[in-house]
Amino acid sequence: MTSSVVQGRARLIALVTATVVVSAVALAMMIFYAPTDRVQGVVQRIFYFHVPMAWVAYLAFFVVLVCSVGYLWRRDLRWDAMARASAEIGVLFTTLVLITGSLWAKPIWNTWWTWDARLTSTLVLWFIYVAYLMLRAYTPDLERAARFSAVLGIVGFIDVPIIHFSVEWWRTLHPEPVVVRPDPQAPPEMLVTLAVSLVAMTLVYATFLVLRTALERTRDENREREQRRALEEASYA
Amino acid sequence: MQDSNTNSGQGLRTADGADPSVLVFGRQVYAVLAKDLLLEVRTKDALTAMLVFSLLALVTFNFALDLRPEVMSAVGPGVLWVALVFGSTLGLARTFAAERDHGTLEGLLMAPLDRSALYLAKLLANLIIISAAATVSVPAFAVLFDVAVDIPAVLGTLLLGAVGVAAVGTLFSAMASHTRAREVMLPILLFPILVPILIGVVQATGLALGSPTARDMPWLSLLVAFDGIYVAVGALVFDFVLQE
Repeated sequence: MTSSVVQGRARLIALVTATVVVSAVALAMMIFYAPTDRVQGVVQRIFYFHVPMAWVAYLAFFVVLVCSVGYLWRRDLRWDAMARASAEIGVLFTTLVLITGSLWAKPIWNTWWTWDARLTSTLVLWFIYVAYLMLRAYTPDLERAARFSAVLGIVGFIDVPIIHFSVEWWRTLHPEPVVVRPDPQAPPEMLVTLAVSLVAMTLVYATFLVLRTALERTRDENREREQRRALEEASYA
Repeated sequence: MQDSNTNSGQGLRTADGADPSVLVFGRQVYAVLAKDLLLEVRTKDALTAMLVFSLLALVTFNFALDLRPEVMSAVGPGVLWVALVFGSTLGLARTFAAERDHGTLEGLLMAPLDRSALYLAKLLANLIIISAAATVSVPAFAVLFDVAVDIPAVLGTLLLGAVGVAAVGTLFSAMASHTRAREVMLPILLFPILVPILIGVVQATGLALGSPTARDMPWLSLLVAFDGIYVAVGALVFDFVLQE
């Protein structure tokens, strides 16, 4: 028991250290190492936050999907605690993606917002997982909240590609990805910086997820303990 | 899921030992559907709510957007569908609210009834009520705004849209009926998920009305595909919503 706690603590310290170090390196690289974009200027550097955050948001919602299936299959609240944690982080990162995107769009597209396919589907995605968090908050019974939100975690994620394509057929303007092309236009320094930023942001996500899941677990355990105590007191009386 | 399957199979198995599962399933769907429609015919709760709300929304849009005939081909489809979809949520919210208020939900859950049959029956009841309301509000839309609407074509599009709305709406109304502030939860759950359906029906109607902004895509086929996905996913996960 004690050794596993110590081991868990050592692993957490390692994770936090790695997150801090890699994030610092990524930050230094995006300021000093990556060249300034000739056309877009310094604004382009927000791209090293924007793209990794978008990746983490999708990763977080994918983790919600996996944990939702896991919960419905096993009925273990540990799955649900992780789904809860990941959904919250996903909403946070989606919010940041929308904000960083707007900050970039104002000088480059000369508008904060446009109803382009990628922007629109990201906004709808944000609404789906805000609804997920609201559903949890509005369902008083924990077991029922876990079950309902697991269903929404599955339906919502299945809906993501459908929304994406339907909005894309509707209209699109977003720049095509310049990274995953046969002959990359972006210079290698930019790509390396992006890769390091992706790793850094994924580590940030992992740290948040571990801490938040542990917090949710502690909350669940406290609730269970309180319920048990109330039950015992009632049976003595 | 497994349990309810075997239960229903044994409960309704025919004397010669054959297992006409499709027949049993059909009979279960019919029984619940007939009950819900009978209830609706007697009370007309959902139908009245949806119809009056949709018409009221059309009138409100008229003032809010100053809908003159020359702008109708561009914004008409959107006005019509927002009115219909918002109206539908009122009826959808009643899917399980009535069962809960009358305490009949437990009875339904204990009955030897396949959960997918229950889902399908509730979905069909919603679909029929939405379509019934729309057969009045679509002609009303055409008359009020003097739009040359090909009514059968629009009603066909409507049916495809309504399948998706009913599929997702039935699933979510079962969840929303157990939450605090359930009137609030249903539209918040429903609208983001239904974005593809709304795009599909608005664009398809736009093409039919010769709207300049409509994209030329096979929207009707896409709607059929969306409906298929929503109904299939809904039937698969509905069981989890009702496990008490």
